[in-house]
Amino acid sequence: MNFELSEEQLMLRETVDRFGIEHYAAANRARMLANGGAAGRERWKIMADNGWLALPLPEMHGGMNGTPVDVMALMEAFGRHLIFEPFVSTCVLAPALLAYGSGEIVVGLMRAIASGDVQIAPAFAEPDSGYELNRVATAAASGDGGFRLSGVKCHAENGADADWFIITARTRGGVADRDGISLFVIARDAPGLSVEGYRSIDHHRHARLRLDSVPVASSALLGARNEGFPLLEMAVDRAIAAHLAEAVGCMDVLKDMTLAYLKSRRQFGVVIGSFQVLQHRMVDIAIACEEARSMLYHATLHLEADQVVRRRAISAAKARIGQTGLFVGRQSVQLHGGIGATDELIVSHYLKRLMMIDIAYGNCDHHRALFAVDG
Amino acid sequence: MRRDKAAVNLTQSPAETAFREEVRSFFADTLTRESTSRTRAGLRPEPSEVIAYQKHLAARGWGAPTWPAEYGGPGWTPTQLYIFQQEAARADAPLQYQQGLELIGPIIFTYGTAAQKARYLPRIISADDWWCQGYSEPGAGSDLAALRTRAVRRAGYYVVDGQKTWTSFAHLATHMFTLVRTGSGDKKQSGISMLLIDMKTPGIRIRPLMTLDELHHTNEVFLDGVKVPVDDLVGEEGEGWTYGKVLLDRERGVAAASALRISRQLLAVREAARQRLIGAGSMLDDATFRVRLAQLEIETTGLEMTVLRLMTDSVTGIDSGTRASMLKIRWAELTQQAAELWTTALGYDAAAFDSLDGCRKFPRDMPHAMQGALYSRLTSIYGGASEIQRNIIARRSLGL
Repeated sequence: MNFELSEEQLMLRETVDRFGIEHYAAANRARMLANGGAAGRERWKIMADNGWLALPLPEMHGGMNGTPVDVMALMEAFGRHLIFEPFVSTCVLAPALLAYGSGEIVVGLMRAIASGDVQIAPAFAEPDSGYELNRVATAAASGDGGFRLSGVKCHAENGADADWFIITARTRGGVADRDGISLFVIARDAPGLSVEGYRSIDHHRHARLRLDSVPVASSALLGARNEGFPLLEMAVDRAIAAHLAEAVGCMDVLKDMTLAYLKSRRQFGVVIGSFQVLQHRMVDIAIACEEARSMLYHATLHLEADQVVRRRAISAAKARIGQTGLFVGRQSVQLHGGIGATDELIVSHYLKRLMMIDIAYGNCDHHRALFAVDG
Repeated sequence: MRRDKAAVNLTQSPAETAFREEVRSFFADTLTRESTSRTRAGLRPEPSEVIAYQKHLAARGWGAPTWPAEYGGPGWTPTQLYIFQQEAARADAPLQYQQGLELIGPIIFTYGTAAQKARYLPRIISADDWWCQGYSEPGAGSDLAALRTRAVRRAGYYVVDGQKTWTSFAHLATHMFTLVRTGSGDKKQSGISMLLIDMKTPGIRIRPLMTLDELHHTNEVFLDGVKVPVDDLVGEEGEGWTYGKVLLDRERGVAAASALRISRQLLAVREAARQRLIGAGSMLDDATFRVRLAQLEIETTGLEMTVLRLMTDSVTGIDSGTRASMLKIRWAELTQQAAELWTTALGYDAAAFDSLDGCRKFPRDMPHAMQGALYSRLTSIYGGASEIQRNIIARRSLGL
């Protein structure tokens, strides 16, 4: 057993930290956010040149075949600097599913992910699916050597600027059946697909998709027809684990910032960190960070375990890091007082990101319920 | 990236796997079905049970798992110790009695004389002696240094007068290690000495202090002209306060061993819920109950992982900081919540505490579940209250 990062992983983390300091400085954040998607593509290219986009990709597609711990090391650093490029969607989730595709389209997309030339967004959630991955109403009607997809996807994570989408659609069965779900990769400019972009409060850029009889070739199918659900769960679990590393990175920064503030802010003639009630709250923040890190390791180290073990570990970690992350985010704002509640201070941006990470792929209540039912 | 073995992983070495097998078969051979079912049901072990278990461990050379080999410990690595504790929990073995093994033993082998080591240490391991801790007093709880029990030195012995309280198992103990005031100094921490007292010495009176579970765990101890040979002074006179420091680094082991028991407790809660029928189903089918149980199972998973990180980091030499205090806080919270959930699972059975006419037939897990829920309130009070633990973390780890 070992809980230390390897030298390579430490180096990776250090490089991302340097990149974060250079490109995502809190002082420049407002201007950077105002620039939207275009500037993001430039930073994305730098990330490709650094080899990070290829990190999770399989070796046969020019990737580095990175382990879950490698991705964890990278994503923690992303979290520390609030790097908001769509790494998890494009480089963690999409390749996990593309690996089950066949033909030139997959080979081309994998290479384009590594080179930073495409971004790919998952589009699973529907207006009445809640967080349930199996609840798929979008229909894939077969005919003339392919399928036609129709339906609405209410949230494509990082979809606003995506060039491609991975879509869940039903090829058989009832709306909540696990069987009968198929996965398709479709281009943004596919006929019949309309993309409505929006941003969340953390400035991540998402989309709502409307599919009106979008034609897709059979070669766009990822995995076997009707049997997409287990792949979907596996890929989403990988995305969740990456998000959890990001959350733990956010939490650690909040802990450090809040502690530094308690030691410097003076009221009533003393530093406010001398007040016991604030000390104990700070201790609870520190405990929450330790616990979140333990859960992160639990999730990451079981990501390649069998399905039942993996699912329980991921849901347990998603639930607890959601809870502890929100606690640390909210209490960091509280201990900073009025200044913590401003948009100018970066503290509130970490809270916003932690709120959005909790929502992504099912919030803490959802995952706790999954854990309870399976137990 | 290479699949680097040196990186974060949960893999056991072949030697560790073999050790786990060895420990597992020891427990399988040693523990009686009666003993394990009592532990599993949340019953505190009888003293006779703990003594028998301790003697089995001692015979195997495992009586003092955390001690250095020269004093009779097995010389295990932290990982081996973790495996042992994990397997002990898994086998529903009773918890070893901590007062001798973890509280006074390490002080004796660190600060004691050769004669004290020879006289006391082997008898702790063999369970021939049973120690109790005489620290707290009516006016000295969390503020322990305010203690007033006084020891006056005469020719060859001290005369001790005063009162100790919360002295767990004093009524069964053969010896008490105690902090007494032998002088005064600038700070109230100076002038405190540590004495080892034979409980048969004249002048000691024990008054039972029933706790809220209506059981007799703890006592008040009155000391009236008790003569203690100077040979039973530990270390230097007036330096007793400082000897507790040696325990700080050991506490993580105690907290860890306890933390590993919660998942067993939760299995018992689950079983209790399954047995309480509601219509065609049971309490375990109740959605709210299930979510509460899931919450505790999830938090326990985190606690166990923290224990594993702590143990592994101590092998690789990373300073654990004050994670032992964190473990103590979280363990107390979770064991309390688990015990409370057990009583929730019982429904009306939780009201069946004691028969009035000898007729009522009680469920198997009552009244122990109720007593456990109440006794668990003490876990966030004893051994440094959770609020004191937070003070320690704030000061030592956060620099506040």
